[in-house]
Amino acid sequence: MKTQILAPRLLLAILFMALGTLGHAGETVHIYNWNDYFAEDTLAGFQSRTGIRPVLDVYDANEVLEAKLFAGGSGYDLIFPTARPFAARHIKAGLYQPLDKSKLPGLDKLAPEIMASLAGIDADNAHLVPYMWGTSGLGLNLDKVRAALGEEAPLDTWALIFDPDKASRLAGCGISLLDDPTEVFSAALAYLGKDPNSLAAADLEAAAALIKTAHPHIRYFHSSQYISDLANGALCVAHGYSGDILQAGERADEADKGVQVSYRIPREGAAIWTDVMAIPKDAPNPQAALALIAYLLDPAVIAAVSNHVYYANPNLAATPLVEAELREDPEIYPPAEVKARLFVPSERDEREIRTLNRMWTRLKANR
Amino acid sequence: MGANAIRHPPGQRRLSRLLNIGIPYLWLGLFFLLPFVIVLRISVAEPALAQPPYSLLWEWVEQGLLRIQINLGNFMLIRDDSIYLAAFLNSLWVAFICTLLCLLLGYPMAYAIATAPERRRVILLMLIILPFWTSFLIRVYAWIGILNANGLLNNFLLWLGVIDEPLRILHTQAAVYIGVVYSYLPFMILPLYANLTRLDPTLLEAAADLGCRPFRAFLRVTLPLSMAGIIAGSLLVFIPVVGEFVIPDLLGSPGSLMVGKLLWTEFFSNQDWPLASALAIVLLALLVVPFVFMQRLQQDPDEVQP
Repeated sequence: MKTQILAPRLLLAILFMALGTLGHAGETVHIYNWNDYFAEDTLAGFQSRTGIRPVLDVYDANEVLEAKLFAGGSGYDLIFPTARPFAARHIKAGLYQPLDKSKLPGLDKLAPEIMASLAGIDADNAHLVPYMWGTSGLGLNLDKVRAALGEEAPLDTWALIFDPDKASRLAGCGISLLDDPTEVFSAALAYLGKDPNSLAAADLEAAAALIKTAHPHIRYFHSSQYISDLANGALCVAHGYSGDILQAGERADEADKGVQVSYRIPREGAAIWTDVMAIPKDAPNPQAALALIAYLLDPAVIAAVSNHVYYANPNLAATPLVEAELREDPEIYPPAEVKARLFVPSERDEREIRTLNRMWTRLKANR
Repeated sequence: MGANAIRHPPGQRRLSRLLNIGIPYLWLGLFFLLPFVIVLRISVAEPALAQPPYSLLWEWVEQGLLRIQINLGNFMLIRDDSIYLAAFLNSLWVAFICTLLCLLLGYPMAYAIATAPERRRVILLMLIILPFWTSFLIRVYAWIGILNANGLLNNFLLWLGVIDEPLRILHTQAAVYIGVVYSYLPFMILPLYANLTRLDPTLLEAAADLGCRPFRAFLRVTLPLSMAGIIAGSLLVFIPVVGEFVIPDLLGSPGSLMVGKLLWTEFFSNQDWPLASALAIVLLALLVVPFVFMQRLQQDPDEVQP
């Protein structure tokens, strides 16, 4: 669930980047991925290794990818949806084709617990190969948060958003929430000490009431705006995706205006999510897509992607190749005791999702 | 009408009349009626986890048994859930305010262009049209850069010393009004200009000769005669703004309730194409009623007579 500023992404999508030369007539692979989710030389390396010409198109939200898939005839060979709930319901709707695992020799190096978790939505891991994973937590402007709450105040907690006393002190320098009901409800439920995946009416009502009390302190609900706002100091607390917040920190360092951005996994628990690779049922060139998956299973290739996008990859053989700065960052590769606090978003049926989304529209409009 | 005066052999006349009437009808049928029927058909389906994500309208159950399934639940949900009514009312209100602002800004501009010397008129018109050469989306994005807390406008005002703290304009309703009025102003100016240039200047001279002051002459002569332009411009602004999605999404507060945003949520987040289609049908119905009303109003009794 990686998001970026919309502007360059849309420009890129409009320009429809065609990579590489026309030297190899014929075989191409059409890729639909999140923007900035490859390293700069990932696709060029694929072309020189296999001779297949990669054509990259990018999206900024799972929903956009999903709409194209359901409409049919998307023309893409390889896509990168988030496993839950998106890839899970695509499998249910029969939109993917099973993978020929004999062509994917690197599969055995993938983290067993992630494969086991994916097997929950994809029996025998028949359709999905994990690509990157991350968490949803808090991005903080350290100096401003400390100035508002004092040096000693704990920072790894959802209380920064949901405790009215703390939130009212932080509202002046700006709090943002993801524009995503599943994420925000599970954060609110975790803060309340309830099951973050609960769909019980009483729990949802309690969470909605909590979000309602937080509403006056929230500057906006958005899933990508916070990256630049954190980087330039316009926000001091952002609910967001780990890699995006770390990229905001990187940008703040580059701008060198004294803004220090830090990512924290809240102690009450946070969502862990996995983006996966899948081949649509109607892919024009599934063989080329398989070759690309095999290429991305190469530890050196995927380690380079992690180094570029600040997300952890599930390839155990790649971990030693990831820069120590990332590998040893407990917010990117969390240690076991932190991992124990992470929760996997559970399955929901369509009716439940719609109810939640409509509740969300109402909450955002404060009605 | 003058065209009737030209005489053609009867057969040729019938053919040319058929073409004249047929082509617009074909156009409307292909690009309005057909999509409308498709949307209407999806609006009475049920969402399904399939490709495409909605149920079939009819299916052959067995030999000779055709089952037709029409689901009116989507329309009932729109009627029963107050959020949709609130969104419709809010969208209509926003569109109304924006149309009014466009009219107040656009009328003097159109009037100035129409009364400018011939040579300067071309340049002024070019200035109105020129922004269209840049993508609409990029122009809306530019407003993010202008209205930001540390954007152009705030920095300028801070530099002037008018304000001590940056104004919060971006992600408020004010930003939506600014973005919409900026984007749709040309659609108000152009029809008004076309109307105002056709006005007969001798009418104003006659008014002046009869002792009418310029402002009164404007109110009694120019304004009533430019009513067609006002209505055309207002409809060109009002109708698209009601369903506007991009500007409120980029500039407005995420909490603002607009039909365009609700449509997006239903279509993308909920994968509920039938409900999204039902919303579109209701929106269309809401817009057609005032449109028909306005057209009635506009029909000058002299023009209706053949």
